[in-house]
Amino acid sequence: MSLTLDAIRLGARSTLPFLLGVPLLWLASSHVSSFVEIILITAAINIVLAVSLNVVNGLTGQFSLGHAGFMAVGAYTSAKITMAFRTTDILALPPTVSDQVVFLLALAAGMATAAVAGFLVGMPSLRLGGDYLAIVTLGFNEIIRVIIENTAFLGQATGIAGVARRTNLIWAGTGVIAVVAMARRLAGSTHGRALLAIREDEVAAEAMGVDTTGYKVRAFMISSAFAGLAGGLLVHLIQLCTPRSFTFVKSIEVVTMVVLGGLGSVTGSVAAALVLTISLEALRELQQYRMVMYSLLLIVLMLTRPSGIFGSRELWDMMPLRRRRSALPDGGASAPSSPLDANADEEP
Amino acid sequence: MTSSAHSPVLELRKVTMQFGGLKALSDFDLALAPGELVGLIGPNGAGKTTAFNAITGMYAPTQGDVLVDGERVNGRRPFQICRRGVARTFQNTRLFKELSVLDNVRIACHHSSEAGLFAAFMRTRGFLDDEARIRKRAREYLSILGLLQHQDSLARGLPYGEQRRLEIARALATGPKVLCLDEPAAGMNASEKVELMGLIRKIRDDFRLAILVIEHDMRLVMGVSERLVVLDHGVVIARGTPDAVRRDPKVIEAYLGDPHAGGGTRPALGGRG
Repeated sequence: MSLTLDAIRLGARSTLPFLLGVPLLWLASSHVSSFVEIILITAAINIVLAVSLNVVNGLTGQFSLGHAGFMAVGAYTSAKITMAFRTTDILALPPTVSDQVVFLLALAAGMATAAVAGFLVGMPSLRLGGDYLAIVTLGFNEIIRVIIENTAFLGQATGIAGVARRTNLIWAGTGVIAVVAMARRLAGSTHGRALLAIREDEVAAEAMGVDTTGYKVRAFMISSAFAGLAGGLLVHLIQLCTPRSFTFVKSIEVVTMVVLGGLGSVTGSVAAALVLTISLEALRELQQYRMVMYSLLLIVLMLTRPSGIFGSRELWDMMPLRRRRSALPDGGASAPSSPLDANADEEP
Repeated sequence: MTSSAHSPVLELRKVTMQFGGLKALSDFDLALAPGELVGLIGPNGAGKTTAFNAITGMYAPTQGDVLVDGERVNGRRPFQICRRGVARTFQNTRLFKELSVLDNVRIACHHSSEAGLFAAFMRTRGFLDDEARIRKRAREYLSILGLLQHQDSLARGLPYGEQRRLEIARALATGPKVLCLDEPAAGMNASEKVELMGLIRKIRDDFRLAILVIEHDMRLVMGVSERLVVLDHGVVIARGTPDAVRRDPKVIEAYLGDPHAGGGTRPALGGRG
């Protein structure tokens, strides 16, 4: 009996964020105008991108500039699948249900292919560090784009038009919940600490028994999978799948969000993605200057607050209540704690 | 192969490290029995740290074999050798500076974790038990090294001597059979060094570990180790008890012989010279 109880408890624990979140999303989506909904969905997609890139750039400290490439892999995979099932209903389900099931499967397939792409790119290139990895991933991004532009099956430069509109606030919001739960749970686990160790000192991490190559590849695959999810959500929102959506400019946009929010901070990435998306929408006339604004923003940030707005901390680490609690032996188990002791300020 | 009291837990057979035309270490033989404390000494550039790097897999030996518990490990990656039971500290501390003291030690317990990534995402019972166990174990090592009160501080915020102790705690947490300490007393003051000597002995006795210490401070290394190995230019020039080594003319020459090699900065033997 205790086994079933345990199973129920486990089920509740792992799905709790979704059980709470999805009804809220449903409620929200029935109360906002379609204009606001589109902005929120765009913000949600950007959150998925930023948080997933943060797993590689922030937690693991590997600078990747190819996130849009993985996004493209996921986007084209899922678009191809929904296009193929456009007129057929699977399992004799009613059309509306069938559409949703197909979309779910398409997103899952997009995540899987993006993860495979992450593995293929990561395996050889993660031996490189710093700038070299950035250049390799940037190159990968361009390779993906060029392949798409020259493949008839993928619609070449014009892309795939007429993709069904499937992404709504509930889908995008669920994606956000999934990516945030993933990132938080990863960061609070022994695997997340292994990633942090790689960021801090790869030689020491390896000497302490951490399989550094294995963990870098895993982080890369997880991150790519969620980039693929974001890609799938995006093309089923704008109903068009074109290589122009996945150039390195998009990759840099995501890096901007991660750096702005603070490397390693999940809430920082969420906040930065929200702020950038919404402010971009508010300043629509200035859209063509957006790369200029991003660059300026980054320069100002690097000069004034090099570790990003949140640093590596989470929103709740900065609240006074949490500070006190994490001073106790059992608090602050997951987040990197802030210096609490008077000794912490002493220099060696 | 199980290790009895006499079979060595770490054995080096004619290990040679060659970097281009330079032989940093040649035909280095060493055997450590469980519970043995051996000092590895020699002037700067003698090949001591190279020997450590060959043992821990940072370099693959050009020739010769490294055996841990009777099993040949050369060519394996450092994390695999660590899991086989060889832990080390670094000459210039390499802590995970931006992480908490507790996390530094918890990372070293990482490879004992059985819960996979998926279990971590799902927060399964097994994963939570695992985390609790790792936390408990890490706190035990911190308390042995007297660092428990600092567990939530960032590693970079610790005073220097405690950073060195944290490195030892972290190395111990990997559950080693052999502990390699690379100049554990560097930069410490006299009273900290005395304390450290006691600590090293206590660790050896409590954990029945084989310990290999590189140390420049002769008083420290002669005080703690039963046996010394002296390296110079990558070659073993003497082995034996501290007393015998102290009187060995080759050793005296290596340390004091060449006045042009900056002998003034070299440490004196047992405080006599």
